[in-house]
Amino acid sequence: MKIIAVCGMGIGTSVLLKINAEKVLKMIGVDATVEAADMATARGAAFDAQIVLTTPELVESLKGLNAEIISIDHFFDLEELNIKLSKALL
Amino acid sequence: MGLLADAFGEGSILLKGSVDNRSAAIELAGELLVASGRATKGYVASMLDAVEKFGPYIVIAPGIALAHGKPSEDVIETGLSLLVLENAIEFQHSQNDPVQLVFGLAATDHESHIELMSELAQFLSDQDSVNSLLTCSDSEQIRLLLG
Repeated sequence: MKIIAVCGMGIGTSVLLKINAEKVLKMIGVDATVEAADMATARGAAFDAQIVLTTPELVESLKGLNAEIISIDHFFDLEELNIKLSKALL
Repeated sequence: MGLLADAFGEGSILLKGSVDNRSAAIELAGELLVASGRATKGYVASMLDAVEKFGPYIVIAPGIALAHGKPSEDVIETGLSLLVLENAIEFQHSQNDPVQLVFGLAATDHESHIELMSELAQFLSDQDSVNSLLTCSDSEQIRLLLG
């Protein structure tokens, strides 16, 4: 299972998402790798993730990818991440 | 000092900042990175471009923005800045407006700051810490909070 956390630049927002998503995956016992990526990488041909985590603002731009897109409002709310990731994965 | 406190160079924290709009807030957070020797003016422009291009996605939680560009030669050293706004500003975010804490982030590459981001995430996950940032009256107090 591969998950990609996407933001515009791939250093700030996506890295924070990756960190907290990894915490939640551990909590719910799912074995998956989470990579942070910028928009260009996410849209590139090498893209092979099953799930994309991103912010509401970027969902439109990521549509058309062959992965489930999950939008996260509050990056530090592990409960929100838990609910949304559990729904997609369990 | 811990990793998180170390990321804030001398002159990187400004309290009671007063700006009129989102661009001015991002610019000021960027200027703090320049003032503390972590980035050049070119980086401030890239922080503004990021929001022009991708929208206000940098608002990562209610009231908190993480303004950043991307790793480039404009980054001198990985670091953070913090602008605490006197009056909260609308960033036109769908859920998390208005913004009162604006962090600036400069990173030399895509990997080396991950541990730092982890500490920042840990710190900002605690609502008491966030509230303390908003009520601190001087930047030394904030440094102590950051650990």
